[in-house]
This record gives sequence, C-alpha cells and structure tokens, in this order.
Amino acid sequence: MATEVEHAADPHGGIDPNENYLLAGKGIWSWLSTLDHKRIGVMYLISVILAFFLGGMFALLIRLELLTPGRTIMGAATYNRVFTLHGAIMVFLFIIPSIPAAMGNFVLPIMLGAKDVAFPRLNLMSFYIYVIGAIFCLFSIVSGAVDTGWTFYTPYSTTSSSSVVSMTLGVFILGFSSILTGLNFIVTIHKLRAPGMHWRRLPLFVWGMYATSVIQVLATPVLAITLALLAMEKVLGLGIFDASLGGDPVLFQHFFWFYSHPAVYIMIVPGMAVVSELFATFSRRAVFGYFAIAMSSLGLALLGFLVWGHHMFTSGQSEFATMVFSGLTMLVAIPSGVKVFNWTATLYKGSIWLTTPMLYALSFLVLFTIGGLTGLFLGTLSVDIHLHDTYFVVAHFHYVMMGGTVMGFLGGLLYWWPKITGKLYNEPAAKVSWAFIFVGFNAVFIAQFIMGSRGMPRRYYDYVPEFRPYHAFSTYGSWVLAVGFFILAGVLVQSLLKGAKSPPNPWGSAGFEWNTSSPPIFSNFAETPVITRGPYDYHEATEEELFDGFPEDFKKTES
Amino acid sequence: MSSATTTEASHSPVEGGHGHGHGQHAPFLAHHFDTPAHQFDSAKLGMWIFIATEILMFGGLFVAYGLFRGQETEMFHQAHERLDKIMGAVNTVVLLFSSLTAALAVRQSQVGDRKGTTRWLIVTLLCACIFLVVKFFEYQHKFHDGLLPGHYFTAHLAEHAHNGHVLPYRAHMFFALYFMMTGLHGVHVLIGMGVLSWALKRNLDGKISSRYFTPIEIGALYWHLVDLVWIYLFPLLYLVG
Repeated sequence: MATEVEHAADPHGGIDPNENYLLAGKGIWSWLSTLDHKRIGVMYLISVILAFFLGGMFALLIRLELLTPGRTIMGAATYNRVFTLHGAIMVFLFIIPSIPAAMGNFVLPIMLGAKDVAFPRLNLMSFYIYVIGAIFCLFSIVSGAVDTGWTFYTPYSTTSSSSVVSMTLGVFILGFSSILTGLNFIVTIHKLRAPGMHWRRLPLFVWGMYATSVIQVLATPVLAITLALLAMEKVLGLGIFDASLGGDPVLFQHFFWFYSHPAVYIMIVPGMAVVSELFATFSRRAVFGYFAIAMSSLGLALLGFLVWGHHMFTSGQSEFATMVFSGLTMLVAIPSGVKVFNWTATLYKGSIWLTTPMLYALSFLVLFTIGGLTGLFLGTLSVDIHLHDTYFVVAHFHYVMMGGTVMGFLGGLLYWWPKITGKLYNEPAAKVSWAFIFVGFNAVFIAQFIMGSRGMPRRYYDYVPEFRPYHAFSTYGSWVLAVGFFILAGVLVQSLLKGAKSPPNPWGSAGFEWNTSSPPIFSNFAETPVITRGPYDYHEATEEELFDGFPEDFKKTES
Repeated sequence: MSSATTTEASHSPVEGGHGHGHGQHAPFLAHHFDTPAHQFDSAKLGMWIFIATEILMFGGLFVAYGLFRGQETEMFHQAHERLDKIMGAVNTVVLLFSSLTAALAVRQSQVGDRKGTTRWLIVTLLCACIFLVVKFFEYQHKFHDGLLPGHYFTAHLAEHAHNGHVLPYRAHMFFALYFMMTGLHGVHVLIGMGVLSWALKRNLDGKISSRYFTPIEIGALYWHLVDLVWIYLFPLLYLVG
C-alpha cells in the first residue's frame, strides 16, 4: 500500500518513536492526552492503586470495629456503609480494572509485537470513562454513601435512603470502561499480532486476557441494564424488582449474578494469566501443558456464564434449578484443576529462582487452591445451607480474590516494574513485605474460615462473645497485612526515587515483552519484530543468552 | 471490500508502512496498522463485538419481558391493546427503509460516489427523525392516558377508561417494560444518528474515498443493529402483547 501514499504524514504527532516512552512528550498534558497504551496503562495503574488504598482503609476499619463485640469505634449504620464501600470499591474500582486495564494495557501489545492496541483513542476514552465512574462513586461516598452491601440487592437498595442512585450510576459507567477495554483487547489479539505470532505462540498472559475480554464484553452489559432498571426503580417506582408492585426481587439477583459471577472470572483469570508467566520465567522451563492452560482460561470464561444460580441456593429458586447449578459449579473445578496441576508440573525439575514475583506466584498457587477447594464446599447444596452467608463465604472469596488475584497483581507489578519504570527495586526488602502480606493475609482469613464454619454470619455488626478470639485474631492479622503493604509501598517509592537502572531483561525471561528496552521506546520496537519461537523456549538459549537476547531473534527467519 | 484473507497478507513484514522515519503513510492510516485493509478489518471487528455487547444489554429487558408475560399473559394482552399498532407499523416500515438507505450509502461510498453517499446518509437521518417524531406522538398519547410506569400509572382510574374498560393496576408493569425497552431503543436511535452524522461530516469533509469508507461502513452496521432491535420490539409489544 505504500505506493498509494498521497502525502507524507507524521503518524506520531512530532514524537520521536525511538525515544523512551516516559520521556517522549513532556508535561502533564502529554500524559492526559496520550494515546500510547503504555502511558494509559500507567495511568490506570496509579488509579487502581489509589482505589486499592481506599478500599484497604475501609477493610482496616471493618476489622477494627469487629475487634470487640458491640461498639468499638463506629455505630451500626456507619459500619453498614463501611463494609459496602469496601466491597464496592475493591470490586468495581480496583480488582476488575487492576490486571487487565493496568498491566494488560502495558504489556499485551508489546507481547504481541504490536505498536499499540487496535483503537488507541477508545483506550484513552475508556480510561476517562473509568475516571468519570469513579467520580460518581466518590460523590456517592461523600453524599451519604451506600449501606446495601456491594451487591445492591433489592429490596434493600430500593428502600434504602442512602446514596444508591449515584453509586449505581458510577458502577454503570465503570462497566462501559470495562467493555471498551475488553473490546479493544479482543481486536488487538486478533488483528495486531506480529508476523510469526500465531495462536500457539501466544503468551499465556495474552490467552488469559483474551478469555477475560470475552467475559467483559458479554457479561458487563447485563449489569448495565440491571443497574439502569434499579435506578429507574428508585426514581420512577418501576416495580420490576418490587414484589408489592407485581415484580420479582429474585429477578434482580438473577440479573446481578448473571454479570457478577462471570465477573469473578474477570477478576481471577487475569491473576492466573500473570502467574503463568511468572512460573515459566522463574522455573526456566516451558510451561507444562501450555495449550491446556490456554484452553482452560476459555473454559472458565464459558462455565462462568452457566453457574450464576449458585449464589441463590437459599433465595427461593426451584430445587431442580439449584441441582443443575450445583452440578455445573462442580465443573468449574476442572479447568481450575488443569491450571493448578500444570503449574505444579512446570515447577517440577525447573531451576527455580525465588524472587519476590515468584514468591507471589507460589502464594497464588497455594492460596488459590484453598480458595478453590472451599468453593466446592459452597457449591454442594446441603453444605451450603449451613455455610450460606457466613464468614466461610467471606474467607472463601477472599482466598480467591485476594489470595489469588491480588497475589497475581503484586507478583506482576514487581515482575514488570523494571519494564514499566526502568528501575530495579530492593529485592530483600520486597521479600520482607511479601512475608508480612502472606502471613497477615492467612491470619485474617483462616480465622474467618473457622468462625464461619461455626456459624458467624457475614456483614453482622455485633456477635456473641464465643467468636471474640477469632475476630480478634483476624483483626491482628489485618494489621500485619497493612504493615506488609506499607513496606511494599516504601520499596516501590524508594525504587522510583533511587532505584538502580534496570537492564532490558533483568529476569532473563524468554517472554517477548523483554525483547525491547526497559522502559520500552515509544513505538515499542524499532522494527516490527518477526517471531520465530515460542514465549517459553528456554531450552533454546544458554543462561547468558537469556539475559542478553535470544540468538534466534536476530536471524529473523521462519523455521 | 476486504475479507479475512487480507489480514494474512497484511502481516507480511515487507509491506510498506513499517518501521519509522519513512513518514510514508496514507493520511487515514494509523501508525500501528500495516495496510488500510488491515485497519478496516479491525474497525469492523470492533463494531461487531460492540453489537454483541448491545444485544446482551437489551437481552436483560427481553428476559424480563418473557418472565412477566409468562406470569401475566392476560394482563399483557389487555395492556397491549392500548398501543397504537398503526404508528408502530409506520415506524417499522420507516426503520426498515432506513436500513436499506444506510446500506446504499455504504455501497455508494465503496464505489467512490461522494454525492450519492451524502444523499443516502441524509435520507437515513431523515428516516430516523421521522421515527422519533412518531415516537414522540405515541409517548405523548400514553402520557395523556396515564399509561406510565410505576408511580405515574393512572390508567386504572375511571377517568382513563378506554371504550368503557379500565386496565388493572398491575398493568403498570407492561408499561414499565414498554417505556424501558422503547426508551432504551430510542436512546440507541439517537446514538445511531450521532454516529451517522459523524460519518456524514467525514464524507462532506472529503475524508471518505473508495479506499477509506470505514466510518460509513461501521456507522451503517450500528444502524442495522438499531433496526434489528426494533424488529423484535414491534411484534413483542404491539402485536402479540
């Protein structure tokens, strides 16, 4: 097509495409108006870390209040708002955009050998939609907050006098950000793979992002219409979810979980995607069962749409429906198990390098397994009747969401930190922070497993004195966890200010994103790369070559 | 027109537009695409995925409709008698015709007929306006008769009797769904008009040619979705109730 060129145009807006992306364009405006996927990824990263901090503060307040029975620091009405805000912020503002929008934006196009995502303007727009949605949520917090729980169940939400409408509008808007990011990634993965990057060579991170994007595109619109109906119910008294007007409150639960169960996989599949990369890099081995792991991500995406009813075993579904949903829920264990066993097999006879990212990946493996297996308890009908709405459920999904996704997020953050910032971080200090986080996390939630199995209901403000030791232990654990996060924040700030300059490939990874400089140049690669090998072909290079660059990468020939 | 096969060719590393410092791009070709065909295919795939999203969004309303119609078949039948079938049918014809004119606009842009493209886009936009005007009169009539959702429903009162019949109070559910479904569709008509107006502006600015007609193509694609949703709404609400 070069022959059809009409006139020379500068495609880069006056920016040198070979300049380090952090220096290409100066001033705050060059960031706010950037179309560069790397800068948008960094802006997302900062946003989700702020959201995580805010949600974490609410978590600490919940634990502090529950340190003793009765009133500790706040009243019951405030407590309802605090746990709702913890959930809503962590789910909608942190965990859903965390790995896909922040890290996915940064590394996915580089892994594919592309210069950018397919629709850079749409990408920037999705970031601003996220910001607008976040503003609505913050407005809700300062204008009375929400006390319904993050699930906005009717009739709580329709009768609550708290600021439900602005929160649901905020979540509605955030949903579009999520949809547009997913759409962008699907098209990018289909259309912007470099020459030689066929589907069997896609890094597993990309496969995970692909599965996640499919869920984002297909599930999120259902949440949008549900929240639109809920807002209309509040404003017009629509009645669709109101039994006294002829509607059906359980319909809200069906609609809500038709999104929110797949959303669980929007949260966990990216975590799995990150640790798949970490296991390969730090075991110096090709991922065992590459194709099985790739397909199990798609399997989770599919099954995610078929199991929403397991949130509603006690909501008055028919017994037949609960049986079907219970059976389908058990199927989720298959792709999850495929992943866990293949990761374990990857470690076997690998030369394991225990860096902090690898410690997070191993934490993921252990904690996700606990979280996943306790999910089977809850999917079993008779057991769920006892455990429903207890702290057992809370501990289960925190083991998956925090033990899984957050561990993956932190592992990925440290793993790609040199790629993103061009700086190394203090490895021993990072290991200390990992130890605090790992121990603190388990202390918080193992106590909750035990008291949940003994009947402590979730979301309660007060409890009988028998539960006091467990609650106290859990609260002490939350302090250990908080210390771990503050040490980690210190490590990262220190790295930004005084960190040593990173070589292009500090981990000696065979991943394609390490083939470019760290931090990458504005256009990612000086020349469009030609991919001649898989992302985990550690057997094709010596240890020095891993750090200095694969010999194959210079031949540019297809074998 | 391009096809899936063009993507294979477009990955060829010797194709122009690669690397940097050439500055030799066609003005509409973004720097991360290899060829115009590659860019066009990507835009079209993106729009198809967005259409899938839109269908699932309406899907929630269709499920609610199916559920409540199953529970209250008789009431839905009574309530649907109060919709104006003639106006609904007129709007259906108008929208179907507008889909044809949108497709003709795409055709004219592909063969490089700028004036023809403009003409058909304007006809499509006029059809959209007619649709909204008819919808406005329908809504106005419903407002007048108290056929409104939720708190505002008054058609069960004697003063709103229709041929001596009043609707049961729970008929407000039908109108809740009617207004949510046609209202959301109306919003999509407005969005579609925005997209088509943007495409029209690109055409008037001379940005569209037989080598670059992506805005017309994806605008028309979106417009067909707007039409498609109505094709389902019309029989479900106006004909079978």
